[in-house]
Amino acid sequence: MTLSENRPVLRAENISKVLGGKQILRSVSFELQKGEMKVLIGPSGGGKSTLLQCINFLIPPDEGQIFLDDEEIHIHRKRDLYAYRQKVGMIFQDFNLFDHLNAVENVSIALRKVKKIAKKEALERAMSELERVGVGDKANLYPAQLSGGQKQRVSIARALAMDPEVMLLDEPTSALDPELIGEVLAVIRNLAQDGMTMIMATHQMGFVRSLADQILFMQEGEIIEQGPPSELLTPGSNTRALQFCSKMDELYEEPEV
Amino acid sequence: MTEGLLVIKESLPYLLEGAGVTASAVVGAMLLGLIIGVFLAVLQVYGPRSLGRLAGLYVWFFRGVPVLVLLFLFYFGLFSLMGVNLSAFMSVILVLGMTSGAYQSQIYRGAIESLPYGQLKAARALGMSDWKAIKYIILPQALRLSIPGFSNEYSIILKDSALAFVLGTSEIMARTHFVASRTYQHLPLYVTAGILYFILTWLGVKALRRLEDKARIPGYSHHHG
Repeated sequence: MTLSENRPVLRAENISKVLGGKQILRSVSFELQKGEMKVLIGPSGGGKSTLLQCINFLIPPDEGQIFLDDEEIHIHRKRDLYAYRQKVGMIFQDFNLFDHLNAVENVSIALRKVKKIAKKEALERAMSELERVGVGDKANLYPAQLSGGQKQRVSIARALAMDPEVMLLDEPTSALDPELIGEVLAVIRNLAQDGMTMIMATHQMGFVRSLADQILFMQEGEIIEQGPPSELLTPGSNTRALQFCSKMDELYEEPEV
Repeated sequence: MTEGLLVIKESLPYLLEGAGVTASAVVGAMLLGLIIGVFLAVLQVYGPRSLGRLAGLYVWFFRGVPVLVLLFLFYFGLFSLMGVNLSAFMSVILVLGMTSGAYQSQIYRGAIESLPYGQLKAARALGMSDWKAIKYIILPQALRLSIPGFSNEYSIILKDSALAFVLGTSEIMARTHFVASRTYQHLPLYVTAGILYFILTWLGVKALRRLEDKARIPGYSHHHG
């Protein structure tokens, strides 16, 4: 293993955030190695979503530092911030597709207006990303004409088109009907196998077991346990992650992916 | 009665010309109001607090003072104080436009604030500056939602434009008044003026309705569920 492979792509150090008088994040740190898939699990309200949004400064952290490729990101240097956000793709729980644009325009708009790529080229790139996530035939449909699973796949294509180094996924399947979860997880699985560096908040425990390199168990704004699934989720191990996982398994039946 | 019809027949081209003047004043005022309104709305929603407050002050002033007072205030007072020599017609466009801008800003502000916050978040997450997000993501959606309110505002400004008569602009009302005072055929002439306003309202509202249908985002119809 070379030295460069050991260096984290993304590093978050001591991130803290107070929202509405409540301490949501308490000095949270983690790092992502290249090609790694980390998952955030834990009870709702534990700070998973806030943490992910602090990573790309959609919610500015009160304290802490974020580094991409060892470069610290400063929120006040706007140009750097915009460049950084292009390299950190984000997938939202409720998709947030642009409602006035069809699928291919949703994917191409930032290519054109942020990356300044010519329209024709941007549309070609957008089409290939849509095909990659299996919705190439929906290119001309608007968000209101797509199913939840299709919307989320378009939003993944939109993020991929920017050639991100890292992807943040904030419960990408939580707003989906159970029968649509599988198609989105399949896309994420392919990304992981293609070596995309990712951190994902999720309640899909089967997915966590099979695909996560590392689990971060978050509760009350802190990462209280972390390790590979083999360590944290081995039957009989006395971890909060395992307790939580078993409870989740009782609550939900998961689709096979 | 026949005399009344005769007067109308003779003065109709003259009155129709006035309708043209009214229409151009209103279109000019609405477009100026659109620019001012969007600018104020964006300031109020996304601007720094101080500028937002300034925008609020503007809205408060133009909504709080009668249009007639504003017309006099600007035409006879402020414009000459500022040393600009504007025709009555231009003054009417400016005053109606500034007034409409105040009202329109609240249409756009409401529309912008009705959009899910996630739209802005997603745009930012892709590396867009707030300016780009507003231009390419927020306003295209907010303006679509604003067309019914804009249409409403059009019909109000159209009728407010009759006040331009007091500055001597040769629009519908002024011309009707002029003919009536010479021929004493008040009833048929003002009925005609009313019909002209009615037609202009109808035309504008219909055109905006068509625009609304054309700009509608597929899949968002409330008719078909």
